[in-house]
This record gives sequence, structure tokens and C-alpha cells, in this order.
Amino acid sequence: MKKVWFSIGFLMSVFSALAVTRQVCSSCTHASFHEAYDVSADGDTIMMMGGQYSVENIVVDKAITLIGKEGATFRAASGGEILTIAGDGVTIEGLTFSGVQTNYLKENAGIRIRRSKNFRITNCQFDQCFFAIYLERARHGVVEGNKILGNAVREADSGNGVHAWYCDSLRIVGNVIAGHRDGIYFEFVDNSFIGDNYSYGNLRYGLHFMFSNDDQYIGNRFEDNGVGVAVMFSRRIEMRENNFYKNWGNAAYGLLLKEIYDASIVSNTFSENSVAIFVEGSNRIQYDRNDFIRNGWAIKFSGGCEENSIVNNNFLHNSLDMLVSAKLYNNTVVNNYWSAYAGYDLDKDGLGDVPYYPVSLFSYVMNQVPESVILLRSLFVDIVNFAEKVSPVFTPRDVFDPAPKMNRVL
Amino acid sequence: MKDILRYSFYEMVRSRWVYIYTAFYLITTISLWLLSNDNSKVLISMTNITLGLTPLIGLLFGTTYYYNSREFIQMLMSQPLSRWNIFISVYGGLAITLCASVLVGVGLPMLFFGVLQTETLSIFLILLTMACTLSIIFSLIAFLVAMRYDDKVRGLSISILIWLTFAILYDGVVLLLLLVFKDYPLDQLTIGAIVLNPIDMARILIIMKLDISAMMGYTGAVLSTFLGKTWGTGLIILSILTWMLLPLLSLRRLGNHKDF
Repeated sequence: MKKVWFSIGFLMSVFSALAVTRQVCSSCTHASFHEAYDVSADGDTIMMMGGQYSVENIVVDKAITLIGKEGATFRAASGGEILTIAGDGVTIEGLTFSGVQTNYLKENAGIRIRRSKNFRITNCQFDQCFFAIYLERARHGVVEGNKILGNAVREADSGNGVHAWYCDSLRIVGNVIAGHRDGIYFEFVDNSFIGDNYSYGNLRYGLHFMFSNDDQYIGNRFEDNGVGVAVMFSRRIEMRENNFYKNWGNAAYGLLLKEIYDASIVSNTFSENSVAIFVEGSNRIQYDRNDFIRNGWAIKFSGGCEENSIVNNNFLHNSLDMLVSAKLYNNTVVNNYWSAYAGYDLDKDGLGDVPYYPVSLFSYVMNQVPESVILLRSLFVDIVNFAEKVSPVFTPRDVFDPAPKMNRVL
Repeated sequence: MKDILRYSFYEMVRSRWVYIYTAFYLITTISLWLLSNDNSKVLISMTNITLGLTPLIGLLFGTTYYYNSREFIQMLMSQPLSRWNIFISVYGGLAITLCASVLVGVGLPMLFFGVLQTETLSIFLILLTMACTLSIIFSLIAFLVAMRYDDKVRGLSISILIWLTFAILYDGVVLLLLLVFKDYPLDQLTIGAIVLNPIDMARILIIMKLDISAMMGYTGAVLSTFLGKTWGTGLIILSILTWMLLPLLSLRRLGNHKDF
């Protein structure tokens, strides 16, 4: 293996020796990107020195590396699309893109990648672009360390930060995305990895999956979006160690699951969301070791959820722990820690001896009459909840944790 | 006036029930803290306890205190003192004692457990203020009830009825109204319902800091702006002041016309 790496390294050094670096600036040999690009071959590097370049509809189909020195900005000349990558092996680094305006006919983007593979977009900045990075049938690419800041005001006339459509094997890592419609949007994107991104203040979703399978997102932070993450019509999505924080608004969820199957939600932290997880028609999902802290609702199940397992989670000081709108079949809720649990543990095995019923009557009422939120924590509601707990009439008898943990799961 | 106030304060302080009341708060706060070790948790529990208990104790102490000091008041009447002065001073002694009990019972241990350094400080301050306000309002109402009805049993039962109404029945009726009229816009109704009940107002002020903000998305637009904006808080404060002022005015009227 070492030998292979060595020979790859050797080959690379040979290539880089052959490759040419061309600088572009007003006083350099090449005054514009086009001049430099026209004489470049595969493997060459074009280095944009600091300054603003008014460009539009650039098409790159040679495997070049485009590097922006500090302050190098590509500004859309008339607000259209800036750069389209139509060839394999293109690297873009450190450039700033700005001035792509909203267009109701075309989805103009700062960088569009069309039917290419092995691309890298790193450490770029996108200021107020309609779409920032638009991936279209792209494969094996990396989008890393970019700063994507939009100025979206309304959902209808704003675009997505990173938009991926029919892609495969992408890595979207360490980006900061704010002020767009969706921070990251995946449609028909498989086998991809999304990690360590910070997506905040987006109008609709921080991260959005549609019809995408076998993807992972790990260690991201979603803050103050309309909805933190929406996963819809997708299979085998792995969600791990993410942080969902303060997603509230009119239909505000930390995580929205709709028609998804075989997913795992592990070790995430949901804090201060209106609804931490909203689930609709999702089967075989594993919830494990998540922390739900001070949310309005921790989990809200709508109809048609089967064979989910909710095990070893911490439910800490949520206003209401759970709501189940329809009957749940074959779901496992066991060994969670509920801060509202008032049972005892006489045999000292760390598990409570009486079951915990997470669906309270008031949670039921609030679902019907949202205004009744003003009666939260009132003595009357406590009494009614208690009475309901002793002899359930309205709340489902079959949703309970038979052995709740006495101490927080670490 | 000062002398009467001082006398009635000492009179209250000499009663062992005040100590039991204070000790109850002290023990509850301390034991809750020892159990959970978490200031915000203690504050949530103490909110539930104080919001229910301060009005009840205010009402019970208020009525019994008035009945006990009836002879004293009658004796003072023979002196060249204005009636308003006598009543407000006797009542003042009671109100001060009740507030002091809450401040010592809940405030002191929390201060000791370092509530000042945490982000829960604002909740703590609101809790103390509202506990005192509720004590003041409800002991005043109790005074009025006791002045109106000379029969002790009657006065006490009416006081308890008032507590039941404001602390429990009222919320039940509101919930019922909300459920019955759920097909209509309910924002105005709910705002009205909050503003008319001092216990609800206190609770809303506290849960606005605690968890209602997380549920904002689920309430109607008018309601969430009401709860979120400063004018909502302003309206609540105004309403609380009215709740203190109106009984004070009727204390004056009742006092001036009271025939012993």
C-alpha cells in the first residue's frame, strides 16, 4: 500500500512539474480569466490575484485548478450565472462569488457543476447569490470549508445554498451556510456524506433530503432555521452527533421525518426547538442516545409509524415529552431517561419499577387547541394530567416506557 | 400610622404560623435543591408550589388575621385616627410579613445556592416578585371578605372558594371555553382570560421565560406576538396593578362605611 501511495505521489509531482501556474490580475500577463483559461491545459493552475472581476457564464471543461488569492471576487456582470464546471477534476479554491440575482426562469448559481466528477470546491465564499453551489448529476466531489451567506427574505424568490440533484458520492464538509431557502438540498443524491457544517438562519430547511438514499450526516449544527433538517421519502439515512438548536417558527421542527425508512438517529442533541422531531409515516427508525433538552415537544408522531425503536434517550425538561396522533404499532419505547418521571427503583437495578407514560392529556389537548398553551403548568392542568395518568381515558394506553432509566444516559 | 403598622407587624411575627409557613418554603426549596442540584429545576418546581400556595395562604392568613384583630381595630377607632390609616396599616403589617416569608423561604436559599450567577436569575426575580404580588393581592381580597362578613366560618369558606376559583376552576373554565370554541379565532379570548386572573398572569410571566417561547410556533399569530412582545408584558403589569388598586379602593370605601 505504501508503495502505491508513493508512486501516486511521485506521479503527482511529475504532473505538477509539468503543470503551469498562470496569474491573473490587471498588471499580469493575463488580465482576465478568459485569457488565462484559453491557453491553459489540463492540470494547469490559474491564480486570480486580489481584485474584482466582472464575469458571467464561464464554462470550465478542462481539469484546471482555479485559486483565488485574498480579495479575488467573481462578480456576476448582469446578475446571471457565474461559473459552470462541465469537465472532470476541476478544483476551485478561495474565490469569492457574488451578485447572482434571483431569476424566476433560470436557477442561476455561483458555481454550477454539470455532469462532472472529482471536483473540489474549497474555502470559497458566496455572498448573496441566488443559488450558491448547484450540483447537477455530479459525482465524487468535495464541497469543503465554504462560507455561503445569502440574503433570502421570502421562500418563493430565494434559492438554496448547496443544491444537489441526481448526484452520487458527494462530501459536503465544514461549510457555513446561512440566509438561503434551504441550506443544503439533496434530491436523488445517494451515498453522500455531510459533516461538520453549520447551517443557520435559512428560511425553510437547514438541510433537506428528497428521494435520497444511503446518506450520512454527522456532527452538523442546525440553528434557527424554519426547520432544522427535513428528511423526506428517503431510505437508510444515518444521522449522528448533530446539534439541532432553536429551530422555531410557524411550523418549526428540529427534525422533520416524512416517509423515510430504515434510518438511524443516534447521539444527536435537540435543544429549544418547538418540536424536536416530527415524524410522519416513517418505519424502522432507530432513535438511540439522543438528548432532548427543553423543547416544546420532544417527539410528535403523526400517523403510520411502525417498528421504530426509541431506546436510551434522555428527555430533559421538555414542556411535553411526546404526542401520538394515531395508533403506533410495534414500536419499542424502553430504557429512556425522562426528567418528568416520578417513579421509584426498589430493586436498585437503575431502572424504574413503574412504567412512564410520555403522552400526557394536556399534550393531547394542545394538539387540538394550540391556544391552550397559556394553561401550561397550571394547577388545573397538573391535576387533570394526574387523573389521566391514574386512569387513562383519552391518552393512548399502549405508548409507555416499561423500564425508564433512573439516571441520565451518558 | 407607622406605629400601627409596626404593631401589626410585630403581632404577625409573633404568630407561630408565620414561622411554619416560612419554614415550609425553606425546607421545600432546600430539599428540592439537594435532590436535583439544578437551579432551573428548583425554580420550575417552586413556581408550581408558590403560585398555588401564596394565594391560598394569603387568603387564609388574611381572613383569620382580620378576625383576630377586630377588637384591636375597634379599639383604635376610638382614637383620633382616620379609618383609612387604621385599615391600611393593619393590612400593611400582614402583607409585609407574608412577603418577607416568601423572600426568606424561597429567596434566601436560592441566593445561597448561587442563583445570581446563573442564567435563571431573571426567572428567579420574576418568581419572587410574583409571589409577593400574589400575597399582597390575595391577602387584600381576604381582608375585604372578612370585613364584609362578620361570621368567621362564612368568611373563611368564601376565602377558600375564591382560591379554588382563581387557582383551579378558572383554568378549567378557560380550557373548556377553548375546547368548545376551537373552530373560532381564540387569540383575543385567551389574552382576556390571562389578564383577568392574577395567578394566570404570574404563571404566564414565568413560563414565558421558561418554555412558552419554544411553543410559540403553535399559537396563533396575535397570541404569540402578545406573549413575545414587550407590550404584552406591559399589559400584564398594568393588569396586576389594577388588581392591587381596585381592592385598595374598595378597602377604603368599605373601611369608611364599616359599621361595627
